[in-house]
Amino acid sequence: MSTWQKLLNWFDERLGLTTIYSTVLDRKVPKVNWWFTLGSASMILFLLQGVTGVMLTVYYVPSPDHAYDSINYIMNEVAFGWLIRGIHHWGASLMVLVVFAHMLRTFYFGAFKYPRELTWITGVFLLLCTVGMGFTGYLLPWNQRAFWATTVGTSIAGAVPFVGEFINEVLRGGTDLSALTLARFFSVHIWWLPAAIIALIGVHMYMIIRLGISSVPTKED
Amino acid sequence: MSQTPHMGRREFVQLVTGFVGAVMGAVIGLPAIGYLISPATKRRQSEAWIPLGPLENYPVGVPTLFNFTRSKVNGWEKTVNSYGVFVVRHPDDSVTVLSNVCTHLACRVNWVPENQWFLCPCHDAQFGLDGQVLGGPPPRPLDSYTQDAVKIEDGNLFIFFKEA
Repeated sequence: MSTWQKLLNWFDERLGLTTIYSTVLDRKVPKVNWWFTLGSASMILFLLQGVTGVMLTVYYVPSPDHAYDSINYIMNEVAFGWLIRGIHHWGASLMVLVVFAHMLRTFYFGAFKYPRELTWITGVFLLLCTVGMGFTGYLLPWNQRAFWATTVGTSIAGAVPFVGEFINEVLRGGTDLSALTLARFFSVHIWWLPAAIIALIGVHMYMIIRLGISSVPTKED
Repeated sequence: MSQTPHMGRREFVQLVTGFVGAVMGAVIGLPAIGYLISPATKRRQSEAWIPLGPLENYPVGVPTLFNFTRSKVNGWEKTVNSYGVFVVRHPDDSVTVLSNVCTHLACRVNWVPENQWFLCPCHDAQFGLDGQVLGGPPPRPLDSYTQDAVKIEDGNLFIFFKEA
């Protein structure tokens, strides 16, 4: 037995690594097709957004005085800043697309049925969180497009009967878009929603590992 | 399998996966490191020869204050600092250039002609015409520009500014 193998066994005995590996990765799966890769793709995209997002916070400043300038700095001065922000920017759009396609596959293949109703429900919340990430992230560059898109977006919430105006003010942190709006959108974008998404992915994955994945429906189904 | 001198299929796939993984890791990892250390790799040029105008502007033996500003860019933020120097022209047209910052607690000193000294308004420190401490709390004479940091070209005075 090699030293490497001995070391691995030492940890395995204490951490149960092979059990985790066999439970998580060596699951029995039915014969499926490429549409079944969209869930994994969504999670990889989330990780990518997480890593590039953490990198962006090294330079980005969520203040009306500095937000636009700090992004200009990332794009033009920082080595590979354009690349990190580019990945985050395009990855955001791609993630919404992939998550949505993942939902369509689940729906059309009837994968939401018994016993996987809760997986579907957590998935619904994950979709909403993903859209929320897109909405809050869109304001952060603090350019004209971001400002007016958020003005329109929050105004839509304002159209709710009776409580609309209140919801609008809660979203904006006041009657107008301001430094408060930028700060709370940033907070939601980097803390609240990622925390919710990580928790929901945990539940989502637990159920997938526990229940297994559904097979492609046949004519008899 | 292991008896044959040739590489097995599994071994080959492991090797290729490892190699491709290493290349991909480098392609992603190196730009990421470059991104993080980027500000430290940029050299800011703060040193420059500052023109103080024609030497005739400075009367012989009378310290004359010259104020100038230097701007500094950190990331997207620009800071403008103001500096002041006292120019003392000697009869042989050589000059002594002294910083007007008191060496005690960095207040700006003033020239007092009646007493022929520089007086600091904060703690009444006194410095002589060549910057030496005459009285008060300062630990050392006024900072001065060394002779190689001062030049006169075509009758114009220059000092070589370095960030402290």
